[in-house]
Amino acid sequence: MSNVIEVNGVSKSYGKIRALDNVSFSVKEGEMFGLIGPDGAGKSSLYRMLATLLLPDSGTLTVLGLDSVKDYRALRSKIGYMPERFSLYPDLTISENLHFFADLFGVKVKENYDLIAPIFTQLAKFPNRPAGKLSGGMKQKLALSCALIHRPPLLLLDEPTTGVDAVSRNEFWDMLATLRHHGITILVSTSYMDEATRCDRIAMIDHGRILRTDTPDRLVEGLDENLYNAVAPDMFRLLAGLRKLPDVIDCYTFGATLHVVTADGFNPEQAKRRLEAEGIEKVEIYPAKGVIEDLFIKLTRNDQ
Amino acid sequence: MNILGSLIKKEAIHIVRDRRTMMITLFMPLVLLLLFGFAISTEVNDVRVALVTDRHTDASREIAQAFAVNSYFTFTGLASEEDITPLLKQGKIDAALVLRHDGIRTPYQIVVDASNPTVAQAAVAYISGVIKKNSSDIIITRTLYNPQMKSSYNFVPGTLGMIFILICAIMTSVSIVREKETGTMDLLLVSPVKPISIIIGKLIPYFILSCVILAIMLTMAYTVLGLPVSDTIISVIGVSLLYIVLSLSIGLLVSSIVSNQVSALIVSAMLFMVPVIMLSGMIFPVDNMPVVLQGISCIIPARWYIAAMRKLMIQQIEFSGVLKEVIIMAGMTVLLLAVQLGKFNAKK
Amino acid sequence: MTNKDDIAISVKGLTKKFGQFTAVDHITFDVRKGEIFGFLGANGAGKTTAMRMLCGLSYPTSGSGSIAGFDVNTQGEEIKRHIGYMSQKFSLYGDLSVKQNLRLFSTIYGMSDREIKTRMDEVMKQLDMESMADARVKSIPVGWRQKLAFATATIHRPEIVFLDEPTGGVDPVTRRRFWELIYQASSEGMTVFVTTHYLDEAEYCNRLSIMVDGKIAALDTPAALKEKYHVATMDEVFRIVAKDAQRSE
Repeated sequence: MSNVIEVNGVSKSYGKIRALDNVSFSVKEGEMFGLIGPDGAGKSSLYRMLATLLLPDSGTLTVLGLDSVKDYRALRSKIGYMPERFSLYPDLTISENLHFFADLFGVKVKENYDLIAPIFTQLAKFPNRPAGKLSGGMKQKLALSCALIHRPPLLLLDEPTTGVDAVSRNEFWDMLATLRHHGITILVSTSYMDEATRCDRIAMIDHGRILRTDTPDRLVEGLDENLYNAVAPDMFRLLAGLRKLPDVIDCYTFGATLHVVTADGFNPEQAKRRLEAEGIEKVEIYPAKGVIEDLFIKLTRNDQ
Repeated sequence: MNILGSLIKKEAIHIVRDRRTMMITLFMPLVLLLLFGFAISTEVNDVRVALVTDRHTDASREIAQAFAVNSYFTFTGLASEEDITPLLKQGKIDAALVLRHDGIRTPYQIVVDASNPTVAQAAVAYISGVIKKNSSDIIITRTLYNPQMKSSYNFVPGTLGMIFILICAIMTSVSIVREKETGTMDLLLVSPVKPISIIIGKLIPYFILSCVILAIMLTMAYTVLGLPVSDTIISVIGVSLLYIVLSLSIGLLVSSIVSNQVSALIVSAMLFMVPVIMLSGMIFPVDNMPVVLQGISCIIPARWYIAAMRKLMIQQIEFSGVLKEVIIMAGMTVLLLAVQLGKFNAKK
Repeated sequence: MTNKDDIAISVKGLTKKFGQFTAVDHITFDVRKGEIFGFLGANGAGKTTAMRMLCGLSYPTSGSGSIAGFDVNTQGEEIKRHIGYMSQKFSLYGDLSVKQNLRLFSTIYGMSDREIKTRMDEVMKQLDMESMADARVKSIPVGWRQKLAFATATIHRPEIVFLDEPTGGVDPVTRRRFWELIYQASSEGMTVFVTTHYLDEAEYCNRLSIMVDGKIAALDTPAALKEKYHVATMDEVFRIVAKDAQRSE
């Protein structure tokens, strides 16, 4: 059983809307696998199917060797699922929530505390605080603790970092990295492209279709060719100016710079001169390093 | 059992921590019972009546006397015929009795302010009664089962019928739908807990809460409202418990057809509260309704419950007398629960 | 800094207390007209409370300030009329058409019928949305929806527009198109006050502030901040500045 998750040709429609369109991918044991895509890409539908809460229209999902439709009963006790919007009981305290979820799975909190200890220590300081009064980051930690309390071999995390600030997000990814040392396979989804690099492998998903599946490094291979950074004091004019150049295929903002995707024969010096001729001052154009977000833009550009 | 125990404990915490709802749930039945029992009464007291007569005879004096001593009337005295209209208009009297002697008989006329039909009807009936008593015809009226014709009795079954729909159907459906909305229902479903345990874990706390309320309401009815205590009390409790279970299954039904808390409230209120009040015979007698509405009222559980409660509490009929109602309610319960379980077990 | 007429937002010692809890603790800053000002902070740092005061939705406990020339302490109603507000969560009515949404918001901002007509034509043309004028908003793609939300927030030509996490969960291409819209509005003189969790977007701001525990812990241009903390990205700046946050929502 080397593949913990095996998704084969899964489709799902809600009325006219096609949420998932022939989706296939697999996740290996002990892997941290990322599903990267914007809201509405179909990530949550996929999660609900893996968690046996939703039936596919067609295709099969095999999780931990069990069929998500036929063996759903057996499967349910083996996965740790953390839905979008950390689902907890807001009127129950931290400790009541944790014990309740432990009871559901018929385990004792004490037995598995070692697994959640690194995550839970901060929360353990105020066990009687209602979950509804916690911050986004704290809620996220409690939800993760609850999902882990029965020591599942597979964790399904649906957008665990949405609405959480950068510091908490970073901490959360560090926690996930620790969990991998316990041999837990993790499927995590996010709409933050920069989080992709924290995964072993990722599947990029948009409009219900998988665009590409591979390791983050391999995905960005070859992207650097014909990719340039451009800066000038007046970025807005620079953007407009670059788009008019013949060798420029695409140009978009990228943090402090603009990323320029060019055709093969592009000459930065020549482009710079042409832009300055149009009155755009102090233009700098230099090679850029492509990241997942560049790839996503490249792959989805034609859809829009 | 351990899992079920912790589901029930969790639900109990939800109920107890929600102070406001808790208070409303416990106080509302009391308030409603007292309101219907005392404040809202269809009895009419102190009908202000004036007497107009063209000749003072023994008969007219007797009638005036009868008005004065009868607790249902406030006798405002003699008046002239022209005064009636202004007095009625100014709201100083509710009705007037006009006697015109023609020598042999004494025809009478009752003038009544019918802006409030309930008061008018009662006034006419009372005044007629007074006149008949004073005439030679002897009509003996015997009021059975509720000899003082107290309407407070009448409202006890109705109030019970409404309260349990309110507590069981609305609270249960809202609490289930809330879990759907926040996503915690998904977590419950993804755990090894059986769907039936989830349902039972929801129903038991609300069943217990309803039993507490039933105890409070019955204690109130039999003490403060003075409902006669008899053997039927066992049947009253039994039938009420059946109705509570029925209301809980209605709550389940609502929760399975709606997806957010607001619609759960609206659906429960519109689909169950309004018909319960209007069609169950709580306020308007079912027999007086158009045939179509009578037909519709048959599918309203509260109608059967209220009918049974009337027989048991007020008529003091034995259990065998309400068998029909009990069988119908039991049938509804079994049907609803069967449908729900089937639905819940089926995977989406 | 500059002469007074160039200032769109100016607050001094703005403070908001809820009982013992100081949600916003003496914040002081100016935003120039036409500037894109990023308002960043950790969860629970007090961003939302501060935004509410700046939008005239709540009055400060102490401190002073003026928004579009109106006093934050007394002229809440005036402020509301002279700003635009857009958030990701609530901005449009899904079951109304594109046109109906625009008209609704124009009416809410008290524009005259003639003004509404000319502005609506103008906006529809500018957004290139004439072909979908009668389409229900929930049926149009997210990118268009976002553009429309921005248009409704600015239909009355406010001096300042407040954008509260306008791009959360949106795909990278749509997100960028939206920022181009912001750039354009800014180049036309509109002041843009924006919050975001995407730190690459922070780079697009002319200047930005980072709130930590109710106070402004850093305020400068993105380049200056990166230089100050000797790092290459805003992400790192944010982590350094916000890592000592004690408080959470």
